[in-house]
Amino acid sequence: MPDNASALQLVLSGDPALFSIVLLAMIVSLSAVLLAALIGVPLGALIALTSFRGRDGAIVLLNTLMGLPPVVIGLLVYLALSRSGPLGAWGLLFTPQAMVIAQTILVAPIIAALSRQTIEDLWLEYRDELTAMNVPWPGRVGTLIWDARFSLITALLAGFGRAAAEVGAVIIVGGNIEGHTRTMTTAIALETSKGDLPLAIGLGIVLMAIVLMVNALAWVVRRAAERVAG
Amino acid sequence: MKIHRRSLALMAIAVLSSAAAAPALAQAPSILVASTTSTQDSGLFGHLLPLFKAATGIEVKVVALGTGQALDVGRRGDADVVFVHARSEEEKFQAEGFGVRRHPVMYNDFVLIGPKSDPAGVQGSTDIAAALRAIKDRKLPFVSRGDRSGTHVAELRLWKDAGVDIAADKGDWYKAIGQGMGAALNTAAAANAYLLADRGTWLAFRNKADLAIVVQGDKRLFNQYGVMLVNPARHPTVKKEAGQRFIDWLVSPQGQRAIADYKVGGEPLFFPNAGDPNA
Amino acid sequence: MTDLPIDLDNVTIAVGNATMLDRVTLTIAAGAPTVLIGPNGAGKTTLLRAAMGLVAPMRGTVTWQGRAHVPPVRRAIVFQRPTMLRRTTSANIRYALRAARIARGGHDEAIERLLAMVGLSRAADRPARRLSAGEQQRLALARALAREPDVLFLDEPTASLDPASTKAIEDIIRAVSQRGIKVVLSTHDLGEARRLAGEIVLLHRGRIVETAAASGFFESPMTDEARRFVAGELLV
Repeated sequence: MPDNASALQLVLSGDPALFSIVLLAMIVSLSAVLLAALIGVPLGALIALTSFRGRDGAIVLLNTLMGLPPVVIGLLVYLALSRSGPLGAWGLLFTPQAMVIAQTILVAPIIAALSRQTIEDLWLEYRDELTAMNVPWPGRVGTLIWDARFSLITALLAGFGRAAAEVGAVIIVGGNIEGHTRTMTTAIALETSKGDLPLAIGLGIVLMAIVLMVNALAWVVRRAAERVAG
Repeated sequence: MKIHRRSLALMAIAVLSSAAAAPALAQAPSILVASTTSTQDSGLFGHLLPLFKAATGIEVKVVALGTGQALDVGRRGDADVVFVHARSEEEKFQAEGFGVRRHPVMYNDFVLIGPKSDPAGVQGSTDIAAALRAIKDRKLPFVSRGDRSGTHVAELRLWKDAGVDIAADKGDWYKAIGQGMGAALNTAAAANAYLLADRGTWLAFRNKADLAIVVQGDKRLFNQYGVMLVNPARHPTVKKEAGQRFIDWLVSPQGQRAIADYKVGGEPLFFPNAGDPNA
Repeated sequence: MTDLPIDLDNVTIAVGNATMLDRVTLTIAAGAPTVLIGPNGAGKTTLLRAAMGLVAPMRGTVTWQGRAHVPPVRRAIVFQRPTMLRRTTSANIRYALRAARIARGGHDEAIERLLAMVGLSRAADRPARRLSAGEQQRLALARALAREPDVLFLDEPTASLDPASTKAIEDIIRAVSQRGIKVVLSTHDLGEARRLAGEIVLLHRGRIVETAAASGFFESPMTDEARRFVAGELLV
């Protein structure tokens, strides 16, 4: 990035370095949210629909994991992916994939916990009908996830918000390498450490604008879809 | 069931997009260099790496950390090359068998930064030990990196030279923040505190507020940078050919000239000295 | 294979301290509709759910053509407040057809026929949860019939509906019954019981007080409770 440009100028001029940072940040966070959804939604549904010993403990644990500090997750993923760690052979440390892994771990508990709540509420409503229709277990889970899809979008957005906003995990496992693993938040951290506070704040505003756009888009989609399916 | 088709689509997107996020991995040869915040924040790498890539086609990815952390990354085998500035730590790294051979590359110097009002009254002095004693005696605010970085190691050595046992004598006035050079400068700017900084980062730093250089030019403020290939015998995944080419280029006349050519505001930030056998 | 007759033998069901059904013995056989009457809290809903197989008796047995634990394949129920799936009207029926494993090729035709039967053809593509209470009741009925059941349980199908909606539902029930589907419905509306019932079962405080053919029940009730209920005096 040119040294003496404001963030606004960078955006308006379509600065390629800024563009690649934004693109990477979006790809990493969205991939993490999608992977976390594939793990978290079925897990949430499973806990919602089953009763087992220690279920209450599992829910409390899940709610606690929602608040796990990103730095801790970053450190654990770092130790796992390091060449000296158990998964070192994968060679993933300091790559975008490592950031996706860390953010997936960060986001999955949020999506699981919120999905559990949403699906459990819907299950209470649907239980009699689905039982009376003799729907087997996999069908029940599928129906609940499908019919809760608009509420689940909110869970995904909460996860996306956490992923897009965090810096602690991605900076440790990604290394903030220019052109490879530099995202919006790590760029903000870097500009702050270089003392370029106006650029850091400008990047922060860009980040907020992007998160706002994603949320607005999801809202519009949700509204439009709700009108069709109720 | 609709949901299954959708999950499959999502999984495909996730896998594809994470693959797309690392397009360069398979193409250009690349090495990972664990280095210090001072070399990155001063803009030196932004100047050197395109030149190196043009000369060799090798891409260098830099993870900028404190010297202590950068060496730890090397110890774990997560970097191919370490490029740091704390000779004692580097020699320890080498003695442990993690580094192949230490090459001196360049130097700059540390400077004592402080408020322009200079309550310690040390402005213009070239005696860093006396200046630190004055700060300690008047309990003036002082910000320490506190992060095992090269600058932190140097600071601790300077306190020792000043005859101050900082571990015992520190009080509220001494703030160890455990963060990088930039964060330390931001903290000092906000608190009007003294701190030790490397000249390169200081010159490139934008948020100087009321801070200025108060002490410079003491021989004890000398700041030597060295580079090492991480030992491939310890970590077979180290890219030794490409890593060695980077080291060779840094100490070559071409690389040394590139270092000398990097200036901020007309001032050079680093001085090449690869030929100095004592560095 | 049919699930009829359904035999409840000495069935007791309690929730907490409240006994919902107390030693109930009843046979539900093919034929004209069986109507459960009785004041609120008499146990009508619990009896329907037990016969449907949704609640297991604490004591006693429920059997379907002599077999216990038969999943609700040949049975369907419309709850008093049916839950609409968050889909369109036609998608709700399609869901029921799929759940009943009815061959996919006939779905479109079945949906059209069922919607026409309950008068919802024009609401096919509307979100089911936006339908009026009467429309939802009719959709639930269509959804239940989509399963092609032998026996259809209806829990107060016309409670809180306006007279026009009530008549529409009762007409459908009559048509269904004439097609040979056994209808078991609960109501606290004596008029409805008169109009629909072939057989009356009077429940009071979880017990069956009287079981009789409809004509006999209204003209010559045999028990004191039945007399008082017909006279509108038995409220709790």
